[in-house]
Amino acid sequence: MIPIIPLIPLLGALLPLLTRQHGRNACAWATAVGAVVSLALLLWLSPPVFKGVVLQSGWQWLPELGLNLTFRLDGLALLFGLLITGIGLLVILYARYYLAERDDLSRFYALLLLFMGAMLGVVLADNLLLLLVFWELTSLSSFLLIGYWHDRIDARQGAQMALIVTAAGGLALLAGILLLGHIAGSFELSVVLAAGETIKNHPWYPVMLVLILLGAFTKSAQFPFHFWLPHAMAAPTPVSAYLHSATMVKAGVFLLARLFPILAGTDLWFYLVGVTGLFTLLFAAYAALFQHDLKGLLAYSTISHLGLITLLLGLGTPLTAVAGVFHIINHAIFKASLFMAAGIIDHETGCRDMRQLNGLFKYIPWTASLAMTAAAAMAGVPLLNGFLSKEMFFAQTVHLTAMGDTSWLLPVLATVAGIFSVAYSARFIHDVFFNGEPINLPRLPHEPPPYLRAPVEILVAICLLVGIAPAYTVAPLLATAAASVVGGPLPSYSLAIWHGFSLPLLMSALALIGGAAMYWRRRRLFQLRDRYPLPDGKFLFECGLTAGIVIARRLTDTLENGSLHRYLSLLIGMAAVVGVVGGWQGGFLTEHQLFQPVDLLSLLVVLLLALTAVLTVFWQRQRLVAVVMLGGVGLTVVLAFVRFSAPDLALTQLTVEVVTTVLLLLALRYLPLDAPLESTAGRRLRDAGLAALAGIGVAALTWGILTRPPQSELADYFLATSLLGGGGANVVNVILVDFRGFDTLGEATVLVIAALGIAALLSGGLPSSTTLSSPPSGIEARWPLLLRVSAGLLLALTLLLAAYIFLRGHNLPGGGFIAGLVTVLALATQYLAGDFHRTTAQLALNYQRLIAGGLMLIAVTGLASGLFGYPFLTSTFAHIGLPIIGDVEIASAMAFDLGVYLIVVGSVMMMLLEPGRPEAMEFEWKP
Amino acid sequence: MEAVIAGVIGLLAACGIYLLLRGRTFSVVLGLALLSYAVNLFLLAMGRLAIHRPPILASGRTDYVDPVPQALVLTAIVIGFAMTAFLIALALRARRETGSDQVDGVEMVDSVTRLEP
Repeated sequence: MIPIIPLIPLLGALLPLLTRQHGRNACAWATAVGAVVSLALLLWLSPPVFKGVVLQSGWQWLPELGLNLTFRLDGLALLFGLLITGIGLLVILYARYYLAERDDLSRFYALLLLFMGAMLGVVLADNLLLLLVFWELTSLSSFLLIGYWHDRIDARQGAQMALIVTAAGGLALLAGILLLGHIAGSFELSVVLAAGETIKNHPWYPVMLVLILLGAFTKSAQFPFHFWLPHAMAAPTPVSAYLHSATMVKAGVFLLARLFPILAGTDLWFYLVGVTGLFTLLFAAYAALFQHDLKGLLAYSTISHLGLITLLLGLGTPLTAVAGVFHIINHAIFKASLFMAAGIIDHETGCRDMRQLNGLFKYIPWTASLAMTAAAAMAGVPLLNGFLSKEMFFAQTVHLTAMGDTSWLLPVLATVAGIFSVAYSARFIHDVFFNGEPINLPRLPHEPPPYLRAPVEILVAICLLVGIAPAYTVAPLLATAAASVVGGPLPSYSLAIWHGFSLPLLMSALALIGGAAMYWRRRRLFQLRDRYPLPDGKFLFECGLTAGIVIARRLTDTLENGSLHRYLSLLIGMAAVVGVVGGWQGGFLTEHQLFQPVDLLSLLVVLLLALTAVLTVFWQRQRLVAVVMLGGVGLTVVLAFVRFSAPDLALTQLTVEVVTTVLLLLALRYLPLDAPLESTAGRRLRDAGLAALAGIGVAALTWGILTRPPQSELADYFLATSLLGGGGANVVNVILVDFRGFDTLGEATVLVIAALGIAALLSGGLPSSTTLSSPPSGIEARWPLLLRVSAGLLLALTLLLAAYIFLRGHNLPGGGFIAGLVTVLALATQYLAGDFHRTTAQLALNYQRLIAGGLMLIAVTGLASGLFGYPFLTSTFAHIGLPIIGDVEIASAMAFDLGVYLIVVGSVMMMLLEPGRPEAMEFEWKP
Repeated sequence: MEAVIAGVIGLLAACGIYLLLRGRTFSVVLGLALLSYAVNLFLLAMGRLAIHRPPILASGRTDYVDPVPQALVLTAIVIGFAMTAFLIALALRARRETGSDQVDGVEMVDSVTRLEP
């Protein structure tokens, strides 16, 4: 049942959008449905919660990650749920009459419901990761609501600032929660809340606490992250009343209260949370007094009261926790009503500046009375709800002894904060409703429509009821909510209005008198403030943001400067570092055994390999020589393959080597034959060092692997099943065309893609030739006679060889890949021996069609196995006895291999012919 | 033999990487080719060194080298060629677009040392 509570508003967010054409009232009713259903569900489920039962329900979502859709309804969740749905309903009513005709009411309501669902999710979530998901959703919906009037620049800036600050805090919170879940072994609150001692004694506790507090403090606008909240006042007033005083900004203190049983009680908690709260309380109360904007005053006052709640939770005793929860309730109620009253004044006069708003009492006496009552509650005047929790706060500061000799400081600072709070409340009352006549107002106010005022009336009535008869109104809810914060038996406290003459009462009286006196002498204070202005949080934030962007850009420019050399150096350097660290820790060089003795033949091959490789580098700037040397390396690699029992590889490498050399020579027609010596000796030395480092790493890795015994499970499997399962004795070929046929299909496709890519790259033509010194005098003279004559013969012979290699491939070295490359050699020879266009016409081969045919053949062979109920690419084979020839084996894998053959021929020919086009031969003459 | 083979694979890789870090496209092509040789030999070495033990089944023989790395290297050789070809095409295209064979498409100021024919 519980998961439905947040789900209903989330889904209900569609309703106002669907009903938008039926008028504003229909839209408001449709919106209210979601809130009413959630509220009713909460009330229906509440009786056992009041008895102390924790209701839980939900289901698994991603249990591997510890993320589950689990919800819990305990006292704290119930309290917040009632605040969210109750005040939400009033805000829906208020917004219906507050927003102007030209504003899109349905969009506003949809966002409001989205927020309501998200906020309910935060307070009802049992899974901490789920809580975080909803937490981020509140940040997002808050962003959209602050920016509701998106044509206003202050709304956009305020929304952006709020999102950046709260989302950054959300990231920290994510890290903190991951740590918490790691320490506690679960993300379920029901498990986590039982692991308090483990968590507090864990070495990661401080890091985790700081990260979680960053999330809570940014959300609840604690110093130094408070600055986003005053700028969020660019939102429509219903949003300010709902999100930025009653609910969303309370998410931070909710989190503190939620995790109070497992995080609080340490010195670190006391100093971090307590001092932040105390400083925010004082600083914001001071700043609130100097705001000229009505909503600005209320915003700073909200920050100050959030600081007070944070301080109470930070003090960390059960009694202060009760006081903190009590103040959460009271603040939500009186501040929401104050914001709504401020909204009415704004709505009726078109102005929020307290230097112009004066003497409104005689124009709107009823609204003024309501606002003054709520402001008195904010100031902590007796018989109102604010008085009770403030009195509890004062009493706790007096009894606190945790600070030793400086314990007297806290009550003094608490009284100072009380004085400021009375002073700004007095300013709100006196400046706006009395203090002479209005100055240059856009219009003189009248009493608002009754429905706009009704939410204020209801909230102020609650202020009075709680203030006068707390035991009959708020007591049960407070007790059950506080019990789940304290996490044990509740301490004894009294909600009575009159405790007799005591120090807290004296502090309250001092605050009231001092605040009135301070307001009386405010001009002196304003002068003082003008001389020592507070730092502008927005300015600092924007400086930080700009600096961050500049630094990020510089870092990007340094790393990503467009130089291939830089990228490769970083990549290779990083790989070397990772390799060295890994090798060091893995210790794979410590144990070794040798299997193969050194023999002269192998040694000769290796020496030749080393020599040709070094010579390639040595002559790299004389490119023709370098190509010859590279060919030498390739051919020596062929020898190595032959020596180390890889005949198939040797054949492949041999043919590829020839094709590569042809291609490199073709490329040299368009690139300079000699390269300049342009890099400095220092850079060459640095590159050589890096290359040596990487080479040593590769050598070490090879050595490490070669000197330990082989893992032969795979080899044994393929060797054992090749003949029986694949019908071939050449295991390498059987693996390629049968066992791992799907891989080979993928690899053949890569070849095709490369060929098509090359065709696309060179479709625009080739660069001007650099090497042809003069056009040949006679076209025919360019092709040697002997080559021309023998080419035709060679073609027939080579194709025959290719067919032979192809056919024997299943049992002896050979196969489609090698046969394809041999065919390419035969075709390429034709081009070398004759005119390009004539050869093309004579061969009459369409290589794209060849590729397509090969792919189709593979696909058909693969799908054919499906006809017989086998998986894709399952192969079969049979032996057929033919007269004269004898036993012939027919394998379906042969069709697959034929496909590979066609693809190789088509692709490689395309790669060769694209840069080999003769158009380029007619280019400009160069000396 | 293991140390000699490991050393020469390392040398091939080092030569390849040094050429990769040069400033001209053709050197990069050569470097990549050398690096592919190193990688192919390295992959083959994963099946351990064996002489006269090709993975071609024959009656009377029981001792074969691991065929799996060979199957991997066979396609790697062909794909390595495709990559070289693609890089060459890229180099030619870059030269057509920028008139330079510098890898970043920008001639360095001090390239006046280019050898005059």
